Amino acid sequence: MQPLIITIKTAAVATVITFFVGITLAYLVCKLKRGKSILDAVIMLPMVLPPTVVGFFLLLIFGKRSALGQFLLQFDITFVFTWKAAVIAAVVVSLPLMYRTTRGAFELIDPNIIAAAQTLGISDWNIFWHILIPNAKSGILAGVVLSFTRAMGEFGATIMFAGNVPGKTQTLSTAIYAAVQANDFDLATKWATILAALSLIFIAAINYRLASNRRTS
Amino acid sequence: MDLNVSIKKKLRDFTLDVAFRVRDEVFALFGASGCGKSITLKCIAGIETPDCGSITLNGRTLYDSAKNINLPPQARRVGYLFQNYALFPNMTVAQNITFAATGDKLSKLKQNIERFQLHGLENAYPNQLSGGQSQRVAIARVLASHAEFLLLDEPFSALDSYLKWQLELELAELLKHYGGAILVTHDRSEVFRLSNKVAVLHDGHISEIDSTQELFLNPKTLQAAILTGCKVSRARKVAADTVLAVDWNQTLHADNVPDDFNFVAVRAPLPNRQHFDDNIFFLRD
Repeated sequence: MQPLIITIKTAAVATVITFFVGITLAYLVCKLKRGKSILDAVIMLPMVLPPTVVGFFLLLIFGKRSALGQFLLQFDITFVFTWKAAVIAAVVVSLPLMYRTTRGAFELIDPNIIAAAQTLGISDWNIFWHILIPNAKSGILAGVVLSFTRAMGEFGATIMFAGNVPGKTQTLSTAIYAAVQANDFDLATKWATILAALSLIFIAAINYRLASNRRTS
Repeated sequence: MDLNVSIKKKLRDFTLDVAFRVRDEVFALFGASGCGKSITLKCIAGIETPDCGSITLNGRTLYDSAKNINLPPQARRVGYLFQNYALFPNMTVAQNITFAATGDKLSKLKQNIERFQLHGLENAYPNQLSGGQSQRVAIARVLASHAEFLLLDEPFSALDSYLKWQLELELAELLKHYGGAILVTHDRSEVFRLSNKVAVLHDGHISEIDSTQELFLNPKTLQAAILTGCKVSRARKVAADTVLAVDWNQTLHADNVPDDFNFVAVRAPLPNRQHFDDNIFFLRD
């Protein structure tokens, strides 16, 4: 059961991080007047790059030979081939989904509503919490589910950056790969079925939730 | 109440360049769509930033490019009534009104529910309201806030004509007791019924500022004549008391025909102005 627990733990922690970072980035990019497309491209890049390339870059950035790796080493922090690396890999590949769906939801809000709130004297902080977030709720929820399922299924960046250490960094997707390599098709089928079922349940649950939202509003 | 506006802003098709002063009155910015009326309002509210100029309200500087002052909309205390009302969709009527209310929120809510006949709608959401109800909530929301001045952006354009008539009467009543307001519109009947003073805006420039009475009785520019509902034709003088209206292919007779004009405008006579000469205007483009 270990790969399943590690997968869910990794995806859950990654989704919490992605949730806050994604919403913050979406808000920032919406507010930016210049440099919007550059920042957007940087955030979206992991979605279009092959995950192995993302993992390779993460290795370069956090590896022992990089400046950051050296710096972290002074505090006895290493990421490569640890569970933390699996979380980072999952965050980087799922962030574009969270960011883009949230940004889309923010941009769907009538700009006059924001302008009205401003002229009424409502602070940007209160506009964010009481107007932007509640009116982008469906989009944010969809972003969370997409990010979570993407984080659960992450393979390429994880195996490059976090490795495939059983009991430590071996997730369902890397376990399936290892099982197939070892010709253990029964095990691979078991893990694959569990992963597919979990993802299906999450997406179906969110669809149901969004549909009932639409009915009440 | 004293609002001073003098701003310039380069837009895509023309440069907005306006200057006017509003005292305790309803001041109409009157012009065809796309003439820069709404953008002027947005600059006053702080939603848009002019390229240069200054805006002061009751002695407070809201914007001054020379002194590098540009107050955020939150600090301007200018109430903006949007064309589509822009109610907060996630809040009830009561929450919409109280969210930005200053001072005693509950008594302000009660007072505004009373004043705008919103009884029973306190817990309704904006998507359950009719156009007229939405407008009342939007006005109530502005009046409950700290606004010292009202900006009305085409407030009736989304309403059917019967409702429009009713709400216009309500708004006229309200504006009588409120300090000052700017009304942006392309509808001459709204200008005529609601405003005391009018600026005619054309391609980003004010071509004429006048009292509403005077603008309708004696339009001095071609734009004012067209906007106030005159029939207009290109024209030239053919004799001391005769004008040829080229577009209508017809000669008109009038007592005092000036030399310098190239358009003639004619208004259907008002009841108190039956004399033909009072309803014919000679204008330059």
